[in-house]
Amino acid sequence: MRDVLLALRKDLLLQWRGRAQLVAIFAFGAATLLLFSFAIGPDSLALRQHAAGFLWLGLLLASTLSLAESFERETEEQALEGLLLLPASARALYYGKAIANCAQLALLGVALVPVMVVLYDAGTTRLVSLAGVILLGTAGLSAPGTLYAAMTAQTRARQTLLPLLLFPLVVPVLLAAVKATSLLILGDPMGQLRPWASLLAAFAVVHWALGGLLFARVVED
Amino acid sequence: MPAASQSRVPILLVAAGAALLCVGSYWGLAKAPGEVFMGDVQRIMYVHVPTAWNAMLALTFSFVCAISFLFTESWKWDNRLEAAMEMGVVLSLLLCTQGAIWAKPTWGVWWDWDPRLTTTAVMVFAFGGILALRAFVDDPMKRAVWSSVACIVAFADVPIVYFSVRWWNSLHQAQSTPETVSKAFHWPLRINAFGILFVWTGLVALRARVASLRLRSEIAPPLPQHAAADARAARSA
Repeated sequence: MRDVLLALRKDLLLQWRGRAQLVAIFAFGAATLLLFSFAIGPDSLALRQHAAGFLWLGLLLASTLSLAESFERETEEQALEGLLLLPASARALYYGKAIANCAQLALLGVALVPVMVVLYDAGTTRLVSLAGVILLGTAGLSAPGTLYAAMTAQTRARQTLLPLLLFPLVVPVLLAAVKATSLLILGDPMGQLRPWASLLAAFAVVHWALGGLLFARVVED
Repeated sequence: MPAASQSRVPILLVAAGAALLCVGSYWGLAKAPGEVFMGDVQRIMYVHVPTAWNAMLALTFSFVCAISFLFTESWKWDNRLEAAMEMGVVLSLLLCTQGAIWAKPTWGVWWDWDPRLTTTAVMVFAFGGILALRAFVDDPMKRAVWSSVACIVAFADVPIVYFSVRWWNSLHQAQSTPETVSKAFHWPLRINAFGILFVWTGLVALRARVASLRLRSEIAPPLPQHAAADARAARSA
């Protein structure tokens, strides 16, 4: 547990020192939100209906940048080998990095919400629920994302491989998060929010467990 | 590493499977009665349903190979993993194509966002992505471990994808099994199922042999007799 906290501290510190990157990724996400509206046209009703989908697509696209970046730093000057020589388990390194990635993505998601509200007129008063959905959704993205980024960072064609591996895998996250966010924006007369949030939570639990089990095999050989 | 087997069993399996497929397809196309509502369009079921069973079987086998590789670290499981995953992706692609051909005259659309269809499409991309990963990793050990890990993660994801899409939308009819279709349709369905099973297991065995030969050329040092022959050729030139 202490090892996880230390790894988390290291990754958060790295993110803080490279905060210019975070701002650039936010700008990328905001730009995609702007572009999606051109695909629909200036129909404010349609834009509002699709706002949740655009938010999560923007977040998903931006996540591949931030996840890839989190492991590219470790491949420079063989930092990963150095980390593995420390008396800490690979599992602790994985959970530290995955939590840091989740925090970064959740922050990015929260920062993109005002952009969505302004561009698509898609506000909600249930801010706590929205933050919860963003947290659960980004937890689902970052667990498999961190595992796959560890592999693809060491390959050729890594910019293509990470999204290729990650996107089909996170279809349930995208589906459930879009549905849940949509219900928050457009109203939830049938009380469907809870099952979708449970699906997000179930996905996150399965993939956080799998990632912790398998990560050591990915980096130690 | 053992030399690649020269056994003829895989070729015989493919031949037997092809023969069974011919018999089953002839039975299904010419002898079995047409379906009451869908007419001749329904006859695609004789390849579609067996393809679905076998695609699931091939991907499940690749999952077994992935787990076996991580536990035993024996190259034969990596070779089988590569072969079975390719076969699973090909069968799933065939499944989507047959489904689209059937859906156009029946539902009026090529594609529908029904759980089984969508899950199959997601599986094609998920396992196809792992094949792409294999193509881009040069170190055989890393390639084997990573694709096993990715295969396990992707396979564990399939039920969640299916479940989430089912909540999202539904239209596909319930799965067909010999119990849910009329007796007149049983035999061609069963014969084709075994035909496809024999063809793919034979092809997987052959493909695993190719993978093991490639692996040997990747990790073996250059053979000395070649070096000697090269040296003689260089002297005589």
